[in-house]
Amino acid sequence: MQLESVQGASDALAAQGYLADRQLAMAVHLAAVLEQPLLLEGEAGVGKTEVARALAAATGARLIRLQCHEGIDLHHAVYDWDYARQLLALRAAEGGVDEGELFSRRFLLRRPLLDAVEADPELPVVLLIDEIDRADDEFEAFLLEFLSDFAVTIPELGTIAARRRPIVLLTSNRTRELHDALKRRCLYHWIDYPSPERERQIVAARLPGVPEEIATRVVAAVARLREHGDLYKLPGVGETIVWARALLALGDEASLEETLGVALKVHEDVLRVLERGVLEGV
Amino acid sequence: MVRRLSDLTAVLRAQGTRVGVGELLGAVRCLREVDCSSREEVRLALRTVLCSARADLERFELAFTAVYGDERAGLERDDPLAQLGQIERAVMPRVGIADPRGGDAAPDAEAVPAAWSEVELLREKDFARYTDDEMALARELIARLARRHPTRLSRRTRATRRRAEVPDLRRTVHASLRTGGEPLHRRWREPTRRPRQLVLVCDVSGSMAPYARMLMQYMHASVAARRRVEAFAFGTRLTRITQELAGRDHDHALERAAAAVTDFSGGTRIGAAIAELNRAHGRRIGRGAVIVILSDGWDRGDPEQLDAEMARLRRAAHRLVWLNPLAAHPDYQPLARGMQAAVPHTDRLLAGNSLASLEQLASIMEEM
Repeated sequence: MQLESVQGASDALAAQGYLADRQLAMAVHLAAVLEQPLLLEGEAGVGKTEVARALAAATGARLIRLQCHEGIDLHHAVYDWDYARQLLALRAAEGGVDEGELFSRRFLLRRPLLDAVEADPELPVVLLIDEIDRADDEFEAFLLEFLSDFAVTIPELGTIAARRRPIVLLTSNRTRELHDALKRRCLYHWIDYPSPERERQIVAARLPGVPEEIATRVVAAVARLREHGDLYKLPGVGETIVWARALLALGDEASLEETLGVALKVHEDVLRVLERGVLEGV
Repeated sequence: MVRRLSDLTAVLRAQGTRVGVGELLGAVRCLREVDCSSREEVRLALRTVLCSARADLERFELAFTAVYGDERAGLERDDPLAQLGQIERAVMPRVGIADPRGGDAAPDAEAVPAAWSEVELLREKDFARYTDDEMALARELIARLARRHPTRLSRRTRATRRRAEVPDLRRTVHASLRTGGEPLHRRWREPTRRPRQLVLVCDVSGSMAPYARMLMQYMHASVAARRRVEAFAFGTRLTRITQELAGRDHDHALERAAAAVTDFSGGTRIGAAIAELNRAHGRRIGRGAVIVILSDGWDRGDPEQLDAEMARLRRAAHRLVWLNPLAAHPDYQPLARGMQAAVPHTDRLLAGNSLASLEQLASIMEEM
């Protein structure tokens, strides 16, 4: 498979339009060969989620995504019973349903983690657990157990174990520190903002046919904003790409300062950049 | 024996430990199994039965001493407590109950606050005038205060007996199995409460030096007591000290924090510090936190910057509280430039110069 070398991983991602630096390619390669989950951290908009998407496309795997949110629990992540249908079945049978039948697969709602565990071993799976920092400690503790044996237990049905370990990516925005035990179980990679050179390549890869001068201009402007150091929220790679698209759509009358709202989403930041003429000469 | 035991449970309940009839029966049973002439055995046995959380242990020790007497009472005093002066001893927790052997009525819950009133002297004393011994004594009280924290409603729910907003379909289905498939008994779930994120930002510049030690103790106790707390210190620049303050060992934690903060007792640039907080740690603070700034507002930085940064911080926070030791003075007016810029953006301005004012902070946070 392509992921068996660092270069292979790098090429596979590049073929999907994701330009990874060597450390990231190394991390992905290791995650695949060691069958260990990979924890990706980084500022918003540096393309953490995108890694999973590109990886799944590159390996022909199915991408299963679990978006974490506040208050997420087992029934959001693993399975739930379809209670509405159970009640209907109960009433239709006028009580003549036994419990075993009621808690059978017919009424089981499969959530992402159960999906990943039950996946066909012939078809690889990339499991993305997105924004794990939004979940709470209890869910993190459950996840720790899940990631170590890739099995889930449903009291009414028994334990179901994965026949093939998926590649697992976790992302975190660092709104809180994750538990050490979870970190220890994972490989770790910090995704930084790309260098201007690489960011230009990313724009070119993601927007085929964008003129060289627009890509250069946008990348230079974004670099200025990130260097400025006095902004609340810095633009990510996602913003760079959208900005390039905006300039492309506007054609000749495009001005960076007029389209600043594409890159900066905090009012004070926009004012500051305009006042101080940060983008002058770009 | 049973009477003493019920005295003990009464004291425990008055302190807030949950002791039910089950625990009481368990205690009676376990006392049958141990040598009741040994004070130590009784203590350890009761401790096992009556405590169910780490926080209970300490309360149990106090209650046990109150009811069964202090074993050191008659012994030679070479312990450090004996060397303390009168005021210091006043702070030692005491529980005011009738002589348990007198056997009148069980002590009522009212007795406890009355006993605490002996602490009044130290409670109101300004931190700047504390002696080292007093600081050591106040530590326990501060740790107690630090355990009181703001909460918020969570999106997690739990089963409830009351009629609530969210139907509990799982339990309703199970219940309907008992009524022939007819969902006669509906079940409900209600949201749980979670600790709200708390961010403590302490000024350690020269003018705050008399208070910084006690306030750092409070920060350490807060970080040690629970998760979802972030601690920062600033003088001319901001340092995150959450990780340094973590861990139960009090002295080590404070040493580590002091080593991390390079600008102790220097100048102050509050605006720059808050700016750093907004930018470098904006995600960590997140939205909906209670932010407590501990500073006297003597600022050598740019008031305009402070104004703008406070406005930003206020928008991201749930509540913004400013503790200013100078505000303890009855005639205090926020005249310092820094305070003038900051006050319009704060929800509450408290003193934070004594145990009493930290207690006030704790009560305010619990209401948030």
